[in-house]
Amino acid sequence: MTRLKALNKSTRNNIIVLGIILVIYVICRILMAAGAMSNLMQGLLVPLCYYSILAISLNLTVGILGELSLGHAGFMCIGAFMGAFFTKCTENSISNVFIRYGIAMLLGAVCAALFGGLIGVVVLRLRGDYLAIVTLAFGEIVKNIINALYVGIDNKGLHISLQDAAALKLAEGGEVIVNGAKGITGTSRDTTFTVAILMLILVYFIIVNLINSRSGRAIMAIRDNRIAAESVGIDITRFKLLAFTISAAMAGIAGVLYSHNISSLVATPKNFGYNMSIMILVFVVLGGVGNIRGSIVAAVILTLLPEYLRFLADYRMLIYAVVLIVMMIFNWNPACIAWRKNHPIKGVLQSVIKKKEGSASGKEGGKAS
Amino acid sequence: MSFISYLIKGISLGSVYSMIALGYTMVYGIAKMLNFAHGDVIMVGGYIIFIVMSVSGLNPIVGVLLAIILCTLLGITIERVAYKPLRKASSLAVLITAIGVSYLLQNVALLIFGADTKSFSSVIKLPALKLAGGALTISGETLVTIPLCLIIMVALNIFIKKTKTGRSMIAVSEDKDASVLMGINVNKTIAITFAIGSALAAVASALLFSSYPSLSSTSGAMPGIKAFVAAVFGGIGSIPGAMIGGILLGVIQILSSAYISSQLSDAIVFFILILVLLVKPTGILGKVMHEKV
Repeated sequence: MTRLKALNKSTRNNIIVLGIILVIYVICRILMAAGAMSNLMQGLLVPLCYYSILAISLNLTVGILGELSLGHAGFMCIGAFMGAFFTKCTENSISNVFIRYGIAMLLGAVCAALFGGLIGVVVLRLRGDYLAIVTLAFGEIVKNIINALYVGIDNKGLHISLQDAAALKLAEGGEVIVNGAKGITGTSRDTTFTVAILMLILVYFIIVNLINSRSGRAIMAIRDNRIAAESVGIDITRFKLLAFTISAAMAGIAGVLYSHNISSLVATPKNFGYNMSIMILVFVVLGGVGNIRGSIVAAVILTLLPEYLRFLADYRMLIYAVVLIVMMIFNWNPACIAWRKNHPIKGVLQSVIKKKEGSASGKEGGKAS
Repeated sequence: MSFISYLIKGISLGSVYSMIALGYTMVYGIAKMLNFAHGDVIMVGGYIIFIVMSVSGLNPIVGVLLAIILCTLLGITIERVAYKPLRKASSLAVLITAIGVSYLLQNVALLIFGADTKSFSSVIKLPALKLAGGALTISGETLVTIPLCLIIMVALNIFIKKTKTGRSMIAVSEDKDASVLMGINVNKTIAITFAIGSALAAVASALLFSSYPSLSSTSGAMPGIKAFVAAVFGGIGSIPGAMIGGILLGVIQILSSAYISSQLSDAIVFFILILVLLVKPTGILGKVMHEKV
């Protein structure tokens, strides 16, 4: 314990978080082995991991960089399709699952990062709220294009078409891999709970270490005061781009986890649409903008809660909308800030305790002033 | 001939876009915020007209007038409840709130009207005009849309340049603090801006859904994004810019879906936004804003 205290603060926090995640992992494993975990819960374990990854990666953009991205589901979509596409192509040629899945993961992340970088190069050098609207449009368009995309493979190589499967003109023995609106079917389900947890830990450490690094401090300086940051020689566009690209790459990883957890991958408004991006944003806002651990907690709670509160299913999105508005006003309105200063949580608890003590002592010894 | 008919169709759609874009650009100029919920006000307007026409069977004009009144009230309420408490907050907080409002409107509409797409019957009951011996047909909707948009834009320009309220809007957009010192009621001016923008959105909804009659809870979002692209294209904050940007964007969209690919027309619009941001981020008529340190 004393050795733990001797470490610097960020290392100590990292070890604690790692410990908590590992403990939860072990508990889940024991419960599964003992058969005490319902099928519903077992099915949720992997989604919990990729939702957490999505939430912390979006928090890098929203909380640390201070820009709003509404196309996070779009980056996830790119990662998902790229990863699944690679796995389908090489299912027969690469037999080792670890190597194949590792490359798929890397490819998904790199592709998502590439698109993130492309958008970032254009938008992040500008001031104003352009990133939000560009990423929003991007997310929708990625979905539309993938729904119209046909890719097949035969012994001559890849065939790509935006019309239909027949336009691919595949040779005999060729296979249609991406089949337009039907997506990719029959990807081997390589994502296990262990892999997902490992990726969550990896992404968590990449992001936390980025935040605590020199680059991270530069990014936060840009967020807090762009002009001051520029005047001390921080390359604004470069650091903004760095943060945004990493955030997109991590969303790509979440996408690969997602696509290898289901048997048929299609791009619908439900999984890669605007609603998904908003849901991730709600995780971030509820967990605390800029609070990476908070994002994980919020993602876990908000994924589990709807499963147990089925009767509220129709109102879920409505509640999300209200959460966004109320949280922002509560956090930023001057009147609310003043109210919170006068009513700090610690103070309220203390006053409650004092009242109890006061009433208790009042019973014993008359008036307690 | 088909090119001319596409061109006219494009100008018609473009004038609707420019009316929506006016709402974005005015609010952006004055409150310095991106009002994400603007597109969804169009959707609300569409539903109001739809209810009045299909349920009560009243004259469509009544429906449009009611939509204008209710959307104006909605715009003022949104500003009052969601944006006014955040006047001094960071732009990120305001943006997230705006998305929250947009999402709220969409989901309230979804709960009330259900997920199925409603078919909107046209507000405009004018016969189509046939020119050049039937080779060129101009629909009644187009015949109304283009002149009406022109009239509204000219009227809006006169309002802003000549009246006291209009000039106070310019003053607030130039310098909020100085206009307070000049005795301008900034809160009132911002509320009026939201009211005008929402009223224009209601008119736009009548015209838009008359030409493109499928109405669902998300059918305001895409025209909203395109109108925002139009506003950026023309130079955000500039009123003539919104008009020019809107019409150009409408023409580009119709021509590209006719001659290139209808599936990719959204992607082309998005590509234009990227191109504008790359080449001239201030837009066609935008001013370069100098920062004060």
